[in-house]
Amino acid sequence: MLIAAPEMLVLVMTCLILCVDTFLREDRRGIIHGLAMLTVVFAAIITLRHDPLVEGQAVVTAFNDMFVRDDMADTLKLFAYATLALVFVYAKHYLRTFGMFRADFYTLSLFSLLGVMLLISANSLIMIYLGLELSALAGYAMVAYDRGSSRGSESAMKYFILGSMASGLLLYGMSMVYGATGSLSLPTIAEAVRVSGGDDILLVVGLVFMVVGIAFKLGLVPFHMWAPDVYDGAPLAATLFIATVPKLAAFAMAYRILVGGLGDMHGDWQQMLSVLAVLSLVVGNLAAIVQTNIRRMLAYSTISHMGFVILGLLPGTTYGYGAGLFYVVVYALMSAAAFGTLILLSGQGKDVTELEDLKGLNQHNGWYAAIMAMVMFSMAGVPVFVGFFAKLLVIKAVLDAGMLPLAILAVVFSVIGAFYYLRVVKLMYFDEPDTDLRIEAPIDFSAAISLNGVLMLGLGLFSGSLIALCMASFPA
Amino acid sequence: MPLLSLLIWLPILGGVAVLLAGDQRPAVARALSLLVTVVALALCVPLYNGFDTSSAAMQFVEKTVWIETFNVNYHLGVDGFSVPLILLTAFFGPLIVLAGWEVIQTKVHQYMAAFLIMEGLMVGVFSALDGLLFYIFFEAMLIPMFLVIGMWGGPRRVYATIKFFLYTFLGSVFMLVGIIYLYNQADTWSIQAWHDLPLGMTAQTALFLGFLAAFAVKIPMFPVHTWLPDAHVEAPTGGSVILAAIMLKIGGYGFLRFSLPITPDAAASLDGFVIALSLIAIVYIGFVALVQKDMKKLIAYSSVSHMGFVTLGIFIAFGIVRSTGATQGAGLGMEGAMVQMISHGFISGALFLCVGVLYDRVHSREISAYGGVANTMPWFAFFSVLFFMANAGLPGTSGFVGEFMVILASFRANFWYAFAAGLTLILGAAYSLWLVKRVVFGEVGNSDVAALEDINRREAVVLGTLAVAVLFIGLWPAPLIELMDASVGELLEHIVQTKLN
Repeated sequence: MLIAAPEMLVLVMTCLILCVDTFLREDRRGIIHGLAMLTVVFAAIITLRHDPLVEGQAVVTAFNDMFVRDDMADTLKLFAYATLALVFVYAKHYLRTFGMFRADFYTLSLFSLLGVMLLISANSLIMIYLGLELSALAGYAMVAYDRGSSRGSESAMKYFILGSMASGLLLYGMSMVYGATGSLSLPTIAEAVRVSGGDDILLVVGLVFMVVGIAFKLGLVPFHMWAPDVYDGAPLAATLFIATVPKLAAFAMAYRILVGGLGDMHGDWQQMLSVLAVLSLVVGNLAAIVQTNIRRMLAYSTISHMGFVILGLLPGTTYGYGAGLFYVVVYALMSAAAFGTLILLSGQGKDVTELEDLKGLNQHNGWYAAIMAMVMFSMAGVPVFVGFFAKLLVIKAVLDAGMLPLAILAVVFSVIGAFYYLRVVKLMYFDEPDTDLRIEAPIDFSAAISLNGVLMLGLGLFSGSLIALCMASFPA
Repeated sequence: MPLLSLLIWLPILGGVAVLLAGDQRPAVARALSLLVTVVALALCVPLYNGFDTSSAAMQFVEKTVWIETFNVNYHLGVDGFSVPLILLTAFFGPLIVLAGWEVIQTKVHQYMAAFLIMEGLMVGVFSALDGLLFYIFFEAMLIPMFLVIGMWGGPRRVYATIKFFLYTFLGSVFMLVGIIYLYNQADTWSIQAWHDLPLGMTAQTALFLGFLAAFAVKIPMFPVHTWLPDAHVEAPTGGSVILAAIMLKIGGYGFLRFSLPITPDAAASLDGFVIALSLIAIVYIGFVALVQKDMKKLIAYSSVSHMGFVTLGIFIAFGIVRSTGATQGAGLGMEGAMVQMISHGFISGALFLCVGVLYDRVHSREISAYGGVANTMPWFAFFSVLFFMANAGLPGTSGFVGEFMVILASFRANFWYAFAAGLTLILGAAYSLWLVKRVVFGEVGNSDVAALEDINRREAVVLGTLAVAVLFIGLWPAPLIELMDASVGELLEHIVQTKLN
């Protein structure tokens, strides 16, 4: 079998969807949704398939060593498919409600998925850049998906300009690393750094620029400015996508560059990441408290979650990488459920934007309120929800490395963060509704969001296998 | 039969079933909840009968791998410290359901489910032998309580419940860091293995303070008690009862299960600090209770004051061992603390139920809104006077036994400890009896009181059961003390040995 078979499938299917769409009557667009879902499902099957070529080898590379397939890549890709499938189901309902149900959303998401997959499997700086741009460009377009919305266009512009700048910085850093090591291939770079001991000013400066690029992609403070505006300005379906799938790739990108390429400069990037992590936890949690807009609140909460993910990478241990991977996967699922609920509440020509819009949800529909409450408790890190285990693993990894102050800071700020998650629960459960909200959702939507919500609890109660999967994704 | 698992999961799954009963069928929700709690209580009979009081070892042990990569086990077991508390928890189950029977009219299924789930989680806390499992039960318990106070509470319920949640959460995350550290050291989550883990003084002190942060907030100790009056005042009656009767005990249980055996040297060196805080709670909070105008607030402060006895009784042990060189006397304080926990569970639960009875009729908790209740509610007056007397530590009631044991023990450590602790007998009598005088006795205060109806059969059953319990422990505490005797002895043997090196 081909090593990059899932990627090829996604590419072919995306192009097919593009073609099919031109021949499709407007009322038959459901087919596009079906095709997109099929793509994701088949990509998952191919990824899971026992591959005779890969058999017995933990790591296989292709395309002149530009592309790598290892356990981490497979794990991340599988969760990218799963999250994207949820995104498709949620987005379909949203796009239909708001009269934006066109094939573009699907082709853009799938192209972005392709970028995400390439980034996850990147083994060379070129491939990292290609994957990053492919996923980001599709993302910019998705933010501007609602052509009539000036806020959407503004957000897209902001996202695009800041994103381009970050890409530029990343490229600049790459060029320096290339200058210092003479190679674009990550294993070769790793070898060169090992030989030179990383004691090269050019390399360190290059590292700084690349860390900036990574930080932008993850949305870490102080490179987070785009996140609240984009989350708020984009149509909810686009926000839903941007908040979930690309974060998986951003984690992979950080891992590939920092650990795969510049692992021997661990001492250098550990310090940079510490600052980013601390700032993200502090600013993300504190800024989220004062938001009245739930999408901006979730954006800041994402920033603090990404701070946790970076904390997992910090110690430079396989345990920590596993913890970071677990965190980012769990985050993607939590985030999907949170934005899914917002989509559920959007209707009558209005997106949910304000926290107040959630008022009295428990009176309207106890089950959906329970789902959102589970997501909020999970994000706050309250046991036995899965978010707790994510935080637990990261804190353990940090403590293992003897960084007690960081661990204390992380737990204290997760308590501060609990406040704004509790506020959401408060609005849903303790307040009376002031509008006569009618919640209607197609059956596939309610099934997906129910599954997603139950996963918060289920993955918490039976977290063992997911933890094991994430831990096993990194060579000891 | 996995008895402990049944006691945990039957209420939790029962709670889920009640939730599924839905909003439209409150009668089903009530009946199902009562059934589940009664069955859970019945399951305590084999627990009590099968428990070997002569052994300090863990009994009814269940152990299954839960999270393999992380060495987390679903490890349950009970000893003399946990059995009384589990019995207490199960005992309150049906009472809570009955107390909310017709009082709660909105979202009955969610109310009942929250309490059922809470019951299961609390039994889980008392029976977990795996550190992480304990922490999970310990924290998960906050969620139903948060919802109960917030959804069925009084006017300032949102403030109170968020304060409750964040206070407890903040305290317990330090404990989380502590247990992760212990896991990293011992490579196991087993609490019993941690008991035998040698630790340096710095590590012990840090761990002790981490545990203290969690349990001091929970129990609560001065000066981190301020969430309790707010939570009590705003919570619905059932919430107050569970909070006072059982949740506070988790703090005391935590000291006995974690702080003392895991960090004995740190506990021995910092015992003065904890004792000082306990005495402040006993005396100062006693005075604070005296000036309260709100009945629930008064009982809440009285709880803080009484829980001071628990921490005093637990930590006095080190002083006794130091001054007498023997462990026999120290056991008295520790057993006193345990008896005090159980007794306070009955008494404070009963007191909150009494206030609830009045509140349901008059919708006021102000002391000044009442007066002469005895004239219109003779049976209620009978029960409330009994419970307030017990709260004041009247001999013959359970309130006397624990306080007396702790005061007696503290004499052996230091006369002034005993003197300060003894003040509570005066203060407790003062605020309890003064409240009784103002609310129950005297002339009929106003037209509301004149129109009061005496307790109905449901309320009489609830209060009567508690009255029997209070008198039983007061007159014959031997079975209760017998339950914990072996475990107390073993714990004392354990903590006098240093774990340094």
